[in-house]
Amino acid sequence: MRLQINKYFNSYTEAAPLAVFRLFFGSMMLASIIRFWLNGWIEKLYINPKLFFSYYGFEWVKPLGDFTYLIFILCGVSAFFVAIGYKYRLFIISFFLSFTYIELMDKTTYLNHYYFISILSFLMIFLPANAYFSLDAWKDPKKAFQQIPAWCIDSLKLLLAIVYFYAGLAKLNSDWLLRAMPLKIWLPSKYDLPLLGNLMQQEWVHYAFSWSGMLYDLTIPFLLLWRKTRFFAFLLVVIFHVMTRVLFPIGMFPYVMIVSALIFFSPKVHHKILRKISSFFGINKSKFDNSLGLVFQPVKRKIFLSVVAVFFFIQILLPWRYLAYPGELFWTEEGFRFSWRVMLIEKAGYSQFKIVDSESGRRFYVDNSDFLTPFQEKQMSFQPDFMLQYAHFLAEHFRKDGHKNIEVYVENYVALNGRKSAPYIDPELNLLNFDDSFKHKSFILPFQDEIKGL
Amino acid sequence: MIKISKFLFLALFVFAACTSDNDGEEPISGGENSFDRKAMLANWADNIIVPSFENFASSTQNLQEKTNSFTTDPSEGNLVQLRAAYKKAYLDFQTVSMFEIGKAEELNYRNFLNTYPTNVSAIINKIESGDYNLTLPSTYNEQGFPALDLLINGLADSDQEIVNIYSSEKYKSYLLDVSKRINNLTSEVNASWQGTFRDNFVNNTSSSSTGSVDKFTNDYVLYFEKFLRSGKIGFPAGVFTGEPSPGNVEALYSQDLSKELYIKSVKSVQDFFNGKYYASSQTGPSYKQYLDYLDSMKDGQILSTLINNQFDTILSQATGLDQSLKSQVQTNNTVMLQAFDELQKEVILLKVDMMQSLSISVDYVDSDGD
Repeated sequence: MRLQINKYFNSYTEAAPLAVFRLFFGSMMLASIIRFWLNGWIEKLYINPKLFFSYYGFEWVKPLGDFTYLIFILCGVSAFFVAIGYKYRLFIISFFLSFTYIELMDKTTYLNHYYFISILSFLMIFLPANAYFSLDAWKDPKKAFQQIPAWCIDSLKLLLAIVYFYAGLAKLNSDWLLRAMPLKIWLPSKYDLPLLGNLMQQEWVHYAFSWSGMLYDLTIPFLLLWRKTRFFAFLLVVIFHVMTRVLFPIGMFPYVMIVSALIFFSPKVHHKILRKISSFFGINKSKFDNSLGLVFQPVKRKIFLSVVAVFFFIQILLPWRYLAYPGELFWTEEGFRFSWRVMLIEKAGYSQFKIVDSESGRRFYVDNSDFLTPFQEKQMSFQPDFMLQYAHFLAEHFRKDGHKNIEVYVENYVALNGRKSAPYIDPELNLLNFDDSFKHKSFILPFQDEIKGL
Repeated sequence: MIKISKFLFLALFVFAACTSDNDGEEPISGGENSFDRKAMLANWADNIIVPSFENFASSTQNLQEKTNSFTTDPSEGNLVQLRAAYKKAYLDFQTVSMFEIGKAEELNYRNFLNTYPTNVSAIINKIESGDYNLTLPSTYNEQGFPALDLLINGLADSDQEIVNIYSSEKYKSYLLDVSKRINNLTSEVNASWQGTFRDNFVNNTSSSSTGSVDKFTNDYVLYFEKFLRSGKIGFPAGVFTGEPSPGNVEALYSQDLSKELYIKSVKSVQDFFNGKYYASSQTGPSYKQYLDYLDSMKDGQILSTLINNQFDTILSQATGLDQSLKSQVQTNNTVMLQAFDELQKEVILLKVDMMQSLSISVDYVDSDGD
């Protein structure tokens, strides 16, 4: 066993797939930063709001006013240099840091996709993605290698497999499989699609999509791994992600996933891709084909492998942390983020915050639009950690306004996956008595139904 | 390569088979397995919105004519007639105010016609100086129905005194300008519905945030929450400040119009929900039908029934309100707060339950989803 493990970690493979991955990843990230900017989202999401919702422990990460644009510039420039493989390690680190900083600025915009990009770019710090077909390798033959350790490419496959497989596991629940929720809510509204529009109104289509989505997520990593099904699987990847792009406002992510799935193909395919690119840009590809294998220095190798091992250990365990909390996960959302629960719930809420003077009994309601953007108000209204932070913010605001003996209550209704809206937060509890933490939030009222499954 | 083309061919074949089959089976409208949103939009436009605006436009036309008569010959008799025209127009405005889409949105129609409380000192100053421009957004609270209310009801205690004030040319022309502007803006909105906007509205069946159903629903719910719940009840009751503010009621200077306006507005919103034709008991495709189609069974009850029941509760609670909401706030604000609570329950049903069932997102931030 040990011998086999050792043998595996000393086995080599072509560097081309990793080079193609780096090239496409960097280009797509550059494109998505530009797209984000052109859509005016930097201003809308990070400049205009009056307050920003922080991740617990990362309260110090805030937008920097107009300097926020510089972070995006840094991120975009880094993505470009990652793509061409110039000073790769420096720029993948700066990409990881700037991208992650952007994501941490306001959790209103949290998406599994963004988290995926963050951890993927972290992993890439430890991969020799510039060993082949990069500017680094072009300029300095000492850095050029045609062969790299096999684990460098397999780690990317593993990460993708985790994302898909866990997304599939998360779909093993009664709402998804037995009620076809939330697709039953989402799909009928796509009535305007050419050809598909009418189908989207059919109940059997909702079930068909739910079940096939679950089966797709659970099996696709294996179908991609196995040579015989690989081509078919890739076709499925393309169809599936194009479909999600058509049906949902999902941005660049489908393309990122389609391109990422290429990593499962044999080096032959990647050499073909690189030959096309080379001939287009007039690059002499043969200069990289030196048959050399990259050998990490022992210390570096040990550190890198340990970090990657810890990384995957966390990745495999983190999605299960919800088991440590009481109550229904979809309702409390305790342990919901960072666990590949993608497009699983349709949730909406309404919160009316009440400021009370505990001595005089005087009370008034807060107009959320005075403080929050519509997007923030929407996200805040069904996520308890948002409400807690907002309650503390309101107390601070009204204290400065001269109000005294402040207590903050919320009357809050939440609807989950088509159930009728129900009270969510205990309206009798002064939210200022609670601080954010990883502990269970006891001010959440229990879910009045049951969702069976993982 | 053969493999791909084979697969694609097969997929295409299956796909084509499915869709054509489907087309054959189902009628576009009214079938049990589909809901025709275009028919709903057409019902909204042709049987509710357009006739409401036509009716309102004739009310504002009449309002302008009565203002003309009064300013040409300021007499108590003409004042009484002008007031009647004002009251009718203000009530009719409640049937169109929720349709802030298209031309109305472009013009900021509601803000120009009904921003209250009106700014008394600014109005008096502008009348005196004769220097004003009612097209500026900064003059929202110096015109529209609230200003008209002040000008024909609030300038003095007795009718005779009010008539006396209109011996002044400055007052005459300001009153006339306010009345004209209400009528002109209304003509403009009405004309756009008579013109191409109706077709644009009905044909824009897309489910994006710019599609008619999504966009209008956001406007509709916003109207109910901000302008009906907060505007007519919440602000005067001091819900957001803790201090009752009787000065914030709609139609502050009309003795007993505010409750009537409130009820008219609730009824209009409910009628729209049920797809009820303007000034008729007939109904057509509506939110109610749409929700029923989507089979929104909630708590053993249908969502549309819950929503209608809540409208009924709001209306029956409203019968307990004083004719003048101003005096209601001053004498017993608790009833106002109860009205707010009932409206609040409806906001939750509309904004959370209905919008979720229809899969319409509440915000226009078109950022990416998961």
